[in-house]
Amino acid sequence: MDAFTTHTGRAVPLRRSNVDTDQIIPAVWLKQVSRTGFENGLFSAWREDPSFILNNPAYEGASILLSGPDFGTGSSREHAVWALQQYGFRVVIAARFGDIFRNNSTKMGLLPVVLPADVVEGLQAAAEADPAVEITVDLAEREVRLGSDAWSFEIDDYTRWRLMEGLDDIGLTLRHADDIAVYENGRQPWLPTTV
Amino acid sequence: MGRTLAEKVWEQHVVRRADGEPDLLYIDLHLVHEVTSPQAFDGLRLAGRPVRRPDLTIATEDHNVPTVLGPISDPVSRTQVETLRKNAAEFGVRLHPMGDAGQGVVHIIGPQFGLTQPGMTIVCGDSHTSTHGAFGGIAFGIGTSEVEHVLATQTLPAYRPKTMAIEVKGDLPVGVTAKDLILAIIAKIGTGGGQGYIVEYRGEAIRNLSMEGRMTVCNMSIEAGARAGMIAPDETTFAYLKGRPHAPSGAAWDEAVEYWKSLRTDDDAEFDRVVEIDAATLTPFVTWGTNPGQGAPLGSAVPAPEQFTDPIERSAAERALEYMGLSAGTPLNEIQVDTVFVGSCTNGRLEDLRAAAGILRGRKVVTRTLIVPGSMLVKKAAEEEGLDQVFKDAGAEWREAGCSMCLGMNPDTLKPGERSASTSNRNFEGRQGKGGRTHLVSPQVAAATAVTGKLTAPADLA
Repeated sequence: MDAFTTHTGRAVPLRRSNVDTDQIIPAVWLKQVSRTGFENGLFSAWREDPSFILNNPAYEGASILLSGPDFGTGSSREHAVWALQQYGFRVVIAARFGDIFRNNSTKMGLLPVVLPADVVEGLQAAAEADPAVEITVDLAEREVRLGSDAWSFEIDDYTRWRLMEGLDDIGLTLRHADDIAVYENGRQPWLPTTV
Repeated sequence: MGRTLAEKVWEQHVVRRADGEPDLLYIDLHLVHEVTSPQAFDGLRLAGRPVRRPDLTIATEDHNVPTVLGPISDPVSRTQVETLRKNAAEFGVRLHPMGDAGQGVVHIIGPQFGLTQPGMTIVCGDSHTSTHGAFGGIAFGIGTSEVEHVLATQTLPAYRPKTMAIEVKGDLPVGVTAKDLILAIIAKIGTGGGQGYIVEYRGEAIRNLSMEGRMTVCNMSIEAGARAGMIAPDETTFAYLKGRPHAPSGAAWDEAVEYWKSLRTDDDAEFDRVVEIDAATLTPFVTWGTNPGQGAPLGSAVPAPEQFTDPIERSAAERALEYMGLSAGTPLNEIQVDTVFVGSCTNGRLEDLRAAAGILRGRKVVTRTLIVPGSMLVKKAAEEEGLDQVFKDAGAEWREAGCSMCLGMNPDTLKPGERSASTSNRNFEGRQGKGGRTHLVSPQVAAATAVTGKLTAPADLA
């Protein structure tokens, strides 16, 4: 995955709560067997409405999504992360995220940032007032900045390090292959196999 | 201090623990289906990695499959299913393809084969993996990157979630089901209420549920935001497992049961959060909105957005009513539906079909009614009991096994504006087909609704 250290970009205010992954990418798009080409599926049902925020040319090229709480609930489809990234988003800011979506994001280098709901609303208002306004998301400092204001956010050290280095989890785990083998030898004998 | 069930199962699976890092957790069983796996297998191929434990992995075809006999007509769906077949063959993974006697929805077949057992860690690239927690293990959904990780290493790095107890006091009144209970729980704690937690369902009403009912409850944990839900194993669990193809037998069975009996929350253990529900007050429950937390007793009315004090909930309710084409104050039991769907990993097991058949026996449906068994083994068992004939006599459609109308990836969908009463798990916008409107219900309410054409409790049938 691509490393993430700091990112500055324009933001799209999505004033909706419970944005489930079925909305982020409807199921018909999940039939693809490749990892690419999901940008057209992003919010595809909502984008049919000309007044939907992503159809507003003022927000074209924005790379930060400012959502209401409970973003990415529902299905485990990682396609939701791929669709957001391939459309051009690097960061999603919301007061709460679905656990699986949040996890999937950090595997792919899309940064999920949790800020209090009133702060997110303030950022949304700023992006509505001036679509050209730029927000900086600084993972090294764990900070979101807009003009002279700054808000810190929490992320565990390990995930932050992995994102900043752009590290592949599987490679990290395979360094502990010996530990896995030792564990496997001690597993309870009655545990089932599929063969 | 004592430990919770979740803590016991978690600790049993820690391969490696280091300061400042997530635990490396061993995974006992990995369930695979066609939708979330192709990119993971591609990743293995690119890196030249094998599947570490094909013998702890099992695959099935479910999301894309049509539920009428014949090949898949959609070429994109067909390619996805064929890709799974190639991957399973190349990497040596057991697969139950369409037409196979063991094929079915991924969360139905694991328990059915006896592969789902107490105390295990189980993952799948599907959020409803929480179903398997009904046996007293930790089971949760993962994305494709993690699917690849488990295929390659049979482990996952993860932080242990916090623990929540949902204590269901008293017993469910007659006519109130596991589905009504979990819908009421989600309405109470909200779609984000369980975020960051493993939920343990406890109390008399839970103990009195069958394994099927427990699976229905655990299945929808994710709809309350919880990654996993679990129920301590007991005699009901052991009786369900005994004699199943992959359950232990002989001396191993006795040894396993002895261990399984230790899988309960200690009396002096503490949960991070406790929620109490009074079972005796519950009645049949349905959803009126576009997330599973937007539900209410079937005997009540569509709520007015102004009833919600939280501005975010209020605007969500406004939007939901607009999408659903509903007006505040309309009695829920006057809502007309076009389609009834009985099936899915939530309610596609034999007990669910028996419940629906019990209501449809000797009656006629007035709406399009799809009855979709969760697996081919469920289908066979239902036919041996003559349930298929009950459904056909009532005018319902008796289908082949699959995810069907739960998610709009196969030919079973709603058309724009169509309204369903569905035993599935999600009423999201467009979930059952673009523009479709979904009311989540129990199999009993689904069957009664098929008879009257509007949302109906079985007790209200003539």
